[in-house]
Amino acid sequence: MTTLSTPPPGSTNRTSDTAGKAPSTGRSRRGAQAPARVGRRRGNTGFVLACLLPALVLFTVFMVIPTVNVFRTSLYTWGGFSPDKQFVGLDNFRHLLDDQQFVRAFQNTVALLVVVTVVTMGMGLFLAAIMTRQRLRGRNLYRFVLYIPNVLSVVVIAAIFSAVYDQDNGLINGTLRLLSLDGLQQVWLGNQKIVLYSVAIAMVWQSLGYYMVLYMAGMASIPEELYEASALDGASGTRQFFAITLPLIWESLRTTLTFFVMSAVNLSFVLVRAMTGGGPDGSSDVLLNYMYKQAYTNSSYGYGMAIGVVIFAFSFLVSLLVSRATKREPLQF
Amino acid sequence: MTTINSSPRPRLGRALTYALVTAIALAIAVPVAWVLLASLKQKSEFFASPWTLPKGLHIQNYVAAFLDAHMGQYFLTSVLVTVLALVLVLAVSVPAAYVIARYEFRGRRVVEFALLAGLFVNVNYIVVPIFLMLVDWDRALIDVFPGGFFIDNPGVLSLVYAATSIPFTIYLLTAYFRSIPVEYEEAAALDGASRFRIMTQVMLPMARPAVTTVILFDFLAYWNDFIISLTLLPGDNKTLQVGLLNLFTAQKAAADYGRLYAGMVIVIVPVLLLYALIQRRLIEGMASGGVKG
Repeated sequence: MTTLSTPPPGSTNRTSDTAGKAPSTGRSRRGAQAPARVGRRRGNTGFVLACLLPALVLFTVFMVIPTVNVFRTSLYTWGGFSPDKQFVGLDNFRHLLDDQQFVRAFQNTVALLVVVTVVTMGMGLFLAAIMTRQRLRGRNLYRFVLYIPNVLSVVVIAAIFSAVYDQDNGLINGTLRLLSLDGLQQVWLGNQKIVLYSVAIAMVWQSLGYYMVLYMAGMASIPEELYEASALDGASGTRQFFAITLPLIWESLRTTLTFFVMSAVNLSFVLVRAMTGGGPDGSSDVLLNYMYKQAYTNSSYGYGMAIGVVIFAFSFLVSLLVSRATKREPLQF
Repeated sequence: MTTINSSPRPRLGRALTYALVTAIALAIAVPVAWVLLASLKQKSEFFASPWTLPKGLHIQNYVAAFLDAHMGQYFLTSVLVTVLALVLVLAVSVPAAYVIARYEFRGRRVVEFALLAGLFVNVNYIVVPIFLMLVDWDRALIDVFPGGFFIDNPGVLSLVYAATSIPFTIYLLTAYFRSIPVEYEEAAALDGASRFRIMTQVMLPMARPAVTTVILFDFLAYWNDFIISLTLLPGDNKTLQVGLLNLFTAQKAAADYGRLYAGMVIVIVPVLLLYALIQRRLIEGMASGGVKG
């Protein structure tokens, strides 16, 4: 549920352990044994253990062990509940290649990833630039509204969009009928050709505000003089965007891009799970949803976990590739 | 800025900009507002134009959602689970984060690395293994708890929520603890405060901004989750989101829009109110710590 962070604005020239906002003295003494250094030296070990153990036990039991289990059981055929578990090596993975449903879910995931990433990032950047550079009146109100979807649950968003997309009485089709444009009406979630776009729109709707706010924070820390100087040289707003804004928030852009991949894989799952269930006929299925179906509903637990391993490897690889491909010399200001 | 460019072109551009941004804001606000309004409509009104205002306050939708669909009961479950999970995650994460930030001990790097790696493990990958593990535990304890203990237990759900947000919580708190100067602790130690007192009465109050941020993000994650609670609470005792999901599925079959919209409002309003109250804090927290729930 949690993905890592984007560095604070302008963090390109900061060390990683100063993310907070507290007074800035003493930062260099990281890890110093403050209390122990003055007097009372007797056993810190007990205190450290008492503080650390509860968290570590919970973390190990509910995160480490289940994660290890995902990888381990991907090598078995196992229903999940029955005791008979058979080691089959990489057989599950071999089956995946012949599984049309899996291939389709994979394609859908990749398509959603590409489309949603490009659109969300592009629009987010554009809006953030407009809001910071043009000093729009009512900026805070816009920001407030645009960020709303980020606090709503996915079930709510799915329900909102099924109300918007409703075949007979939905916001879109109802409006089209009102305008006598009945010909344009669509079965937004029931048409195999359209459903994936309908899901993509909901995903963009959900995450746009979040990324806009993030980029706005990054842009706010760019010194005003840079823009003033370039304006005197006659640079247009567009030029300023590409020559100043974009290069200077590049690092934060990179980080969000890397983590966007992971959160988009997850978002597509929860949204599809609530909105279409992967239908009609698997045309909006995504990887995690297919995994959940196999492992939980279909009781092909080992097979489901093999899918899980593929998703894990896939999103890790994509994140790595994106991070590599976008690497630039960090600029400072 | 405006003094430099005052030709008519930028002014037109500015109008276009306003139009565009307003259009996007409307695209977000209208569906939400529409649901809020439609929750007051009668059944017959749903088949008319979607743009009409409700004719009267049709409160029956809410009665149906609260009582018939048990949303009231689910609401209580959600509150309970969320509060308990927040208490749990703070109780274990604050001390751990403090120790990681301030004490030198063997294995600290390993612990830190493991927790950092944990940030990359999404709960959606491991929800089924967690479910099966709990089923296993129930089976092992069948003599003690014939009805099962771990599955269908809101307390256990809280524990799972807390556990799976530990990496994020500790990550954020550790970073903040490290930014607080050591002198405060030294002074407290000189005054003879115990290590425990230094942690709880000196450092914890100073870390309040970070704790607030963590509470906000964890709250949203717990309150809005449905995958974990759907899996771990298969019985009658559901959370609000799963209840809404059921209403949603029922609506597809019976076209009972009013009840669904009322249910959505019950879920949306508390979060929206909270958001309106703390939006500055939330957005600042996001920009400085930068996290996605």
